[in-house]
Parts: sequence; C-alpha cells; structure tokens
Amino acid sequence: MHVEEKFTYETWPAAPEKATLEAKNKFLGFWLFLGGESVLFASLFATYLALKDKVPNASMAHAKDLFEMPTVFVSTMLLLTSSLTSVYAIYQMKNFAFKKMMLWFVITALLGAGFLGLEIYEFNNYVHEFHHTFTSSAFGSAFYTLVGFHGGHVAFGLLWILSLMFRNAKRGLNLYNAPKFYVFSLYWHFIDVVWVFIFTVVYLMGMVG
Amino acid sequence: MENQQVNTGNPRVDIEYRRKKSAEEMRYHIISFSMMIFLTFIAFAAVGFKGVTKSFTPLFILLLAIVQVIFQLYYFMHMKHKGHEAPSMFIFSGALVGFIIILTFTTIIWW
Repeated sequence: MHVEEKFTYETWPAAPEKATLEAKNKFLGFWLFLGGESVLFASLFATYLALKDKVPNASMAHAKDLFEMPTVFVSTMLLLTSSLTSVYAIYQMKNFAFKKMMLWFVITALLGAGFLGLEIYEFNNYVHEFHHTFTSSAFGSAFYTLVGFHGGHVAFGLLWILSLMFRNAKRGLNLYNAPKFYVFSLYWHFIDVVWVFIFTVVYLMGMVG
Repeated sequence: MENQQVNTGNPRVDIEYRRKKSAEEMRYHIISFSMMIFLTFIAFAAVGFKGVTKSFTPLFILLLAIVQVIFQLYYFMHMKHKGHEAPSMFIFSGALVGFIIILTFTTIIWW
C-alpha cells in the first residue's frame, strides 16, 4: 500500500489512519502532542483554581455573579454534538464514503462555529455588563487565559478542518489525506475533553460558589 | 507488532467482517454519546437543583466529568482499539503530571 494508490470500498484498508509509515508517525506524534496539551491545560486549570475569585475589591464580580447556566448548557451541547458528528465523519472515512465524511465534517464545523459565536457573546457580556476583563483582576486574567485558550483551540480547529476540506474537496479519499482527517478528529475530541473539565470546574463549580 | 493488518487478502471475507465491525462501532458510538449527554444533564441538574448539599456537589460533578472523559477517550478517540499502547502512555503521563500540577497549585499556594 502506498500513498498514491487508488482504492475502492473493497480494497480500502480497515485502519487507513495507520496504513502507511507517514500515517503511523502522524498518529503517534499527534498523541504525544495531546499528552503535552493535557499538561498545558492542567497548568492553566491549576492557575485558575489558585486565582479564582481573587479580585482587588469587593465591588467586583465573582464567579458566582458571572456565570449563567443556559449559555453554558447550550455551548456544552453544541460541542458535545460536534464531537459525535466528527466521530461519524471518521466512521464514514473508514467506509470509504468521501461525500458523507465531508458532510459530517461540515456539520462539525458549523457546530464549532456556533460554540465560538456563543463564547464571543459571553465574553462580550462579561466585559460590558460586569467589567470583568483580562486586566481587571487576577481572577479575570486566569479565567480568560484558560477559557480563551480553549476557544483559541476551537478557532484553530475550525481553520484546520476548513482548509483540509477545501484542499481535498476534489481529491477523494486516499492514504495521503485519510490520516490527516483522522488526526483532526482526535484534536476535535480532545477539545471536547478539555471543555468537559471547563464546564465542570469553571462554570458549574463557579455557580456552586 | 501493534499495527495488525486486518485484511485477509480475500475481499469478500474482509467486507463481511468489516460491515459487522462497523455496525458494532456505530452502536458503541451512539451508546457512549447518550451516556455523555446523560452525565452532562446530571451534572447541570446537580448544580441547578438547590436541594443537593453544597460540599458534595463539586466532588460529584468532577467524578461525572472524569467518567465522561473516559467515554470520550476510549470510544470517540478509539483508545479501546488495538495499537494504542503508546497513546495511552502519552495521555496518562500527561494526565498524571497535570494532576500533580493541580494538586500543587490548590494545596501549597495559599494566597
């Protein structure tokens, strides 16, 4: 099996994400990257937990005053569903169904964009209604660094999948691009993993007090 | 080696096997997604519903988050499949270091 080979549903390998040496390296390297990302996000979580509600004066908003359940709930549902749609896309990739894979990735990207839009609305609300900014307090810095870094990952993921889809729109599936789509889906799931901890530790625990 | 080739060389056998495998895969995806939605609902309800004692809630929702992440890793990121020994080592080492960092920042730092 080599990169330029033409495949049919019958000859498509069961694990295209690891069928070539380049694919194997990509797979391994990406998981190593995710291990590093876990440490990075953990350090941001640690900073947030240490600096939570540390504001210079009593008039400033605490976590309890800021967060609203409906917005967080909708964001969570959007991202969780986009995780499912990207797993569907990979399912179709393994079945050598290029069009269906692309369709599921389009839905994934739309849900991701919805999530990002909601996050921008939310940050905008904090800044204008509560004067909770990046520089207003240690709490603000830690909050925006953690949640914003996650949002940045979502934005980067959107650019990534859009360029992958655009670049491979007329190519169909082969062993050169299948691992690329697979690695993207790993990244997208990882973003959801981080979000699970953000909605739990930052938002829900913040609402508890 | 870790990367077994599933193809037997006989296309008809392979396809039948693969169809069965993918139907099973899809079932697992749907089950894990429903579980994740369910866990999310419980977590939000535990916080939204004021009856639950305050000190118990954070620990409880943290536990739900960990269970949900395990679903995500093993089913959506395919870690339950063969050939994920190195990925498991990477991600669990990352989680271990992360846990120690969080433990340090929440216990030693006092301001």
